[in-house]
Amino acid sequence: MKKHEVIGLLLAGGQGSRLGVLTKEIAKPAVLYGGKYRIIDFSLSNCINSGIHTVGVLTQYQPLKLNNHIGIGKPWDMDRLNGGLTILAPYLKNEKGEWYKGTANAVYQNIQYVDKIDPEYVVILSGDHIYKMNYSKMLAFHKEKKADATISVIEVPIEEASRYGIMNATEEGSIYEFEEKPEKPKSNLASMGVYIFSWKVLREYLIRDNAYQDSNNDFGKNIIPRMLNDGLSMWAYRFEGYWRDVGTIQAYWESNMDLIKRIPNFNLFDPGWRVYTPNPVQPAHYVGTNGSIKTSIVAEGCMVYGKVSNSVIFPGVYIGENAVVEDSIIMSNSVVKKGSYIKKTILDEKVVVGENAKIGIGQEVPNEYRPAIYNSGITVVGEYANIPAYAVIGKNVMIDMQVTEADFVTLEVESGKSIFKGGVEG
Amino acid sequence: MNNILGIILTGGNSNNLGELSINRSSAAMPIGGKYRAIDFVLSNMVNSGVVSVGVITQYNFRSLMDHLGSGKEWDLDRRTKGLFIFPPFISPESNSWYRGSADALYNNLSFLRRSDEEYAIIAQGGNCIYKMDYTDMFDFHMQKDADITIVYREMTDFEPDDLKRLGIIQKDSDERLTDFQEKPLHPLSNNASIGIYIMKKSLLISLLEECVAHGDYDFVKDILIKKINSLKVYGYKFNGYWRSMCSVQLYYRTNMELLNPEIREELFKTGGKIFTKVKDETPAKYNYEAEVTNSIVGDGCIIEGIVQNSILFRGVTVNKGAVVKNSIIMQGSIIEDNAILVNTILDKNVQVTQGKSLKGEDNWPIIVGRKAIV
Repeated sequence: MKKHEVIGLLLAGGQGSRLGVLTKEIAKPAVLYGGKYRIIDFSLSNCINSGIHTVGVLTQYQPLKLNNHIGIGKPWDMDRLNGGLTILAPYLKNEKGEWYKGTANAVYQNIQYVDKIDPEYVVILSGDHIYKMNYSKMLAFHKEKKADATISVIEVPIEEASRYGIMNATEEGSIYEFEEKPEKPKSNLASMGVYIFSWKVLREYLIRDNAYQDSNNDFGKNIIPRMLNDGLSMWAYRFEGYWRDVGTIQAYWESNMDLIKRIPNFNLFDPGWRVYTPNPVQPAHYVGTNGSIKTSIVAEGCMVYGKVSNSVIFPGVYIGENAVVEDSIIMSNSVVKKGSYIKKTILDEKVVVGENAKIGIGQEVPNEYRPAIYNSGITVVGEYANIPAYAVIGKNVMIDMQVTEADFVTLEVESGKSIFKGGVEG
Repeated sequence: MNNILGIILTGGNSNNLGELSINRSSAAMPIGGKYRAIDFVLSNMVNSGVVSVGVITQYNFRSLMDHLGSGKEWDLDRRTKGLFIFPPFISPESNSWYRGSADALYNNLSFLRRSDEEYAIIAQGGNCIYKMDYTDMFDFHMQKDADITIVYREMTDFEPDDLKRLGIIQKDSDERLTDFQEKPLHPLSNNASIGIYIMKKSLLISLLEECVAHGDYDFVKDILIKKINSLKVYGYKFNGYWRSMCSVQLYYRTNMELLNPEIREELFKTGGKIFTKVKDETPAKYNYEAEVTNSIVGDGCIIEGIVQNSILFRGVTVNKGAVVKNSIIMQGSIIEDNAILVNTILDKNVQVTQGKSLKGEDNWPIIVGRKAIV
């Protein structure tokens, strides 16, 4: 058996709680993105395009859709005889079983998996980010610097730097300090959550970290600072290009909108770096005689009889006659019936919007139930929700998954309100 | 249906498709913005529960083999059974191309013998566009205790001239066939065979052996028509949409008919999906100037121009000011600024340069061969 020089470990267990109802029943890496993808497709495609075809995907939170999506890794060409894709879920050991307590603990609990493959290096990735990156270049850098750990960094605007883990490094990239979300950032080099470690070194640090009772078992909070403390050879690898942590409703919406401009900020039309995903098996989409689509991306299986502009439309969506969709994200198999108007709204999968309903109009008031989540003027409708005909729904509104017409006490839902399944929060 | 062996005969001469079939067999003709003709019959087989399908190829089969691959997309990459592709081969008994449909089947007798299915369903021609569940036909075959069941359709939506290209049948009140005219000058009815046959595999083998022993090679002429009285040959009526893309006009018309929502509904939304090779293109992108109406658009297209009543396959670019009307634009073609295309078929990877204008007739589209630069 040919030895694997490098493997990928993809942390896909995060909930992404700031995505609100979009991640209520799925993990953040499984959230749909860009008209046909799920967020995790970008990291997985980066792996295969970088020549890494052995990847462990660590799952924990609501993994059903994620597992279903990834399967045995066929779309990424990772259904291999030797290596390939393995889903690593927490499991019972001896008498006790435990959940992954943190990112480092998740890898710690899978030391056996890595040991069996025995690679020279591991790339630790998160399944939460949108970017195209060639990890093999980063690995070459890691080897050239004879590093113990290499952390991929990207320049962020200094005023936003306090939201990230900031690396303070020399001109050549040698890291001398790491600050997690610093109040007064000393540099604007933010960690992208992509690490390359020499496995022997990481293995030892994971075992030690696990022994500390007070540790958060987290790469950013514990492993990296401890390695720095011990004076290991740690390097920052500068990445230039599009990278987004689509962790909030606004960031998620903006990143989708980055795909639709004439010269998009993020270009998916790149035959040299394809992004792979399971095939939805739908016919090519159809635009009706009175239909119109402008500044948008539209996937297969859609039927567009109405008007769409500045939007991202996923496979199998139906947009009826005289319906208008603007500045919105409409996910797979949703139905927008005739005469309805949808503005700056995210419809999750299989939502039905009744005839002549209006969504996303009125005052901009933050959501009363979760002001920290729904505050950017975007209304979010959970999957399988049914919006009654003639409903008028404001901005920053949250419509829970699976709500039916019976859950609407009134057809007028003001900005900042929420509609819950059965009228009950939760 | 897992007791039925599927056989698709894709051979056939496709001279009537002109330039479009120079580099591909008629079964590999692109249709509907992303499909190849054979996707329909193959998906019908899979959706009907047939799990072992042999595709017998001859004419320009490279593009077809490339398309089918291991049968992954049709869920036919199986450990046992699955998809088998049979191009012609040389052996001590045979050193020529397939001389006809019966000869093609005869040359692959070992496939028929080795498989453990009791029945066989043969689809002649991989270029027919329709959605059909063969299960009902099989039930009919059993219920009639037939030796051979063929599928016929009332071709009321065909021009009288088109009927002359089909096999016309006559039947009694019990749906038993009394006559079969292959490509008749004077069709006696508008009930035409659509080239689907079910029979016991053992019967098929003995008919083929007999046929080839007499020096005959054609399944319809030398077997079906000759045996129409001595065997119980029944006709099963199919009422759905059906087109054979055997000429440029029919190819053009069939593609254009997919703009009809009822036909699309029947083909794509009812009775299972139509599977095809995956290309991993990104969703189509419409820029601000795009004006697309009554058209089918594949993944990976970038549109800035005007598109009306047309079919755009995957990865087509329509630049600003360009106008595409009543046209079929195959994969990867580029239509530059201000170019005008009316009633035109562009084969794959054609480039229409700035300001050029191509206009065909309503029923006689202009064809531009692949990789051409206009």
